[in-house]
Amino acid sequence: MNTICRREELGRNVVRYVVDAPLVAMHRKPGQFVIIRVTDHGERIPLTIADANPEMGTISLIVQSVGKTTREMAMLRPGNAIHDIVGPLGKPTHIQRFGTVLCVGGGIGTAPLYPIAKGMKEAHNRVITVLGARTHDLLILEDDLRAVSDELIVTTDDGSYGTKGLVTDAIRSLVNGGTHIDQAVVIGPPLMMKFTSLLTKELGIPTMASLNPIMIDGTGMCGGCRVTVGGEIKFACVDGPEFDAHKVDWDSMIRRLGTYHTAEQEAAERYDHECRVGLDAGEAR
Amino acid sequence: MNAADRLKLPPVVMPEQDPAERVHNVREVPFGFTPAMALQEAQRCLHCTNQPCVEGCPVGVRIPDFIQAIESGDYLAGIGIIKQTNLLPAVCGRVCPQEDQCQKNCTVGKAHRDVGQAVQIGQLERFLADWERENHAAVIPQIPPSSGKRVAVIGSGPAGLTVAGDLIKLGHAVTVFEALHMPGGVLGYGIPEFRLPKKIVYAEVAYLTRLGVNFHYNTVIGKSLTVDEVRRDYDAVFIGSGAGLPNFLGIPGESLLGVYSANEYLTRANLMHAYDENSDTPILHGKSVAVLGGGNVAMDSARTALRLGALRAMVIYRRSEEEMPARKEEYHHAIQEGIEFHFLQNPLEILGNSEGWVTGLTLQKMQLGEPDASGRRRPLPIAGQIGNIPADVVVVAIGNNPNPLIPAALPSLQMNRHGGIITDEETMETSVPGVFAGGDIVLGAATVILAMGQGRKAARAIHALLTRTTETARG
Repeated sequence: MNTICRREELGRNVVRYVVDAPLVAMHRKPGQFVIIRVTDHGERIPLTIADANPEMGTISLIVQSVGKTTREMAMLRPGNAIHDIVGPLGKPTHIQRFGTVLCVGGGIGTAPLYPIAKGMKEAHNRVITVLGARTHDLLILEDDLRAVSDELIVTTDDGSYGTKGLVTDAIRSLVNGGTHIDQAVVIGPPLMMKFTSLLTKELGIPTMASLNPIMIDGTGMCGGCRVTVGGEIKFACVDGPEFDAHKVDWDSMIRRLGTYHTAEQEAAERYDHECRVGLDAGEAR
Repeated sequence: MNAADRLKLPPVVMPEQDPAERVHNVREVPFGFTPAMALQEAQRCLHCTNQPCVEGCPVGVRIPDFIQAIESGDYLAGIGIIKQTNLLPAVCGRVCPQEDQCQKNCTVGKAHRDVGQAVQIGQLERFLADWERENHAAVIPQIPPSSGKRVAVIGSGPAGLTVAGDLIKLGHAVTVFEALHMPGGVLGYGIPEFRLPKKIVYAEVAYLTRLGVNFHYNTVIGKSLTVDEVRRDYDAVFIGSGAGLPNFLGIPGESLLGVYSANEYLTRANLMHAYDENSDTPILHGKSVAVLGGGNVAMDSARTALRLGALRAMVIYRRSEEEMPARKEEYHHAIQEGIEFHFLQNPLEILGNSEGWVTGLTLQKMQLGEPDASGRRRPLPIAGQIGNIPADVVVVAIGNNPNPLIPAALPSLQMNRHGGIITDEETMETSVPGVFAGGDIVLGAATVILAMGQGRKAARAIHALLTRTTETARG
């Protein structure tokens, strides 16, 4: 059992938790993730580690409510506990002095991007961060990323904040404006990673992408997280989660993420319904 | 009773759940012997002086002695005899390939020229173990004073549990680190409930906990703790991290939606209880499920598919019935349940629709040629005989390799070309002093009993190491 120490709403349906997990806090490096189970009948889901405090023995997890498990998690308050947390899993990000590093974050992918950008900055890189969100209130960690970036650009699809447009538009205008980029890191929704990767390939910028496929054990045992990279099957949990974005078979990976789409929708609807029924009953009394 | 009379006794028929009913639940298939049945089966043992059955047992369980105890009605003595050499008889009685081990050598079977007529040693072992558990008769042994030595066991599968059990009884402090949230390793995630009820595994773990073994779940060695930290904090380390790295065929279509490794399929169903509608873990309920492979895992997967509501479950194996490595009992149960067997068929491609979902398989008809390196006749394609079969879920059950996490975290470990850890055959010590290994991480995907046998050897060597160090320190 891992006790929640702090809970903070970062944006619409996005919550940051600071959770007790001393071993993870002590050993994690940027790019790594944990697998959690919210309850004892819960499913195992991977979540990236947004930050850690080894002295306090805590880690930060940033969660967007999208399905039943994440909605259930969003109900948890300080003092409640997450049933299981295991990690840190996966290989850490390859951090070195590249020169100029472009960090591209989309939506909730901004959370795992933060420790990587911070790591890149600490490795004496010039860090340019581009954050994309559908709309302003879905944008998270802007200040945190600004603090570790030499330059920060925000795009929103609807123009409600920053520049109207997609992250790819921002990257293109950066490069057109004469900015030389030695290495890019992209984390976000799979479609955004795919199109960013296509662009950086065209621009000749080496790019790492952090994948978040469906997983169970996170130790290589089940093979559920397999992705095709450079024509070979790789397990994101032990070989990744970061891969050369230009070699990832994005279409196959995006399709596999949809395997349980119907089941997930049904479970989320059932959960919402049960919650509403529960609330109604409470109000009746 | 004399030998001639004993030989005339027919094997006791094990009562089982009706196939038509059991494919709709996950309860265990065989009900187990009643005391009267156990007595009758025990009376079939001839108590041969040369004891060929004991030779066939990888851990040398004193089989005729425990069968004699059943015959005299002294179950406590019987289970005590088994537990001298086998820590997990309730598990082994259910999952050992007895027909290739003890029962293969049984004189009664030989006299009838039919291994199916051998004394049902596994069922008798299960009877005693179940009796002990159901009557809370497990004896808590006298544990010697603490040696002051600490042992870390990585993995709570059959090898790790054996090492933990043996060493705690010798007075050492034992901590078991498990990556998953539940214990048992493959006994928990892999072997289905209907073949090995999880309560049996958890009862064994509870017993070890009572003896003083510490279990740390959700702890991945090499990640949550480094191997060096473990080596620093413990006087000896045993690696029993298993063969959790599923093989794929490398044919087109393996990334389609609806293609599972058997590990993933069984883990969702077993460990995560996807068969239970209260579980949050989803699984695809295929109507027509094709399982590729011919071992126990393939049988388990196909039978699980039926329990998840498949109308058609097929096992597709590239050799013939004779070469199939599955236990006879599992094959027999699978046939009873209506699993279709497609022998001498080699999958060439998994087919899918435009949205990426599995629709079927292309199969190449094979024939058997000369024996290959494994001693089994090599399957060879028959030119021109290629066909398609429909399926909406495909489960790849063609074996596992040793899990790579610990070897990656301890690069000085010497490995074989299959990714297994190389150990001394007698002591199970690895190339790194004080670090021992056993079970599937050494053997590749093998059996529970072989893993336990290696665990026992390692425990003996670890004990020798720990006591030797003590003496040297004192000297």
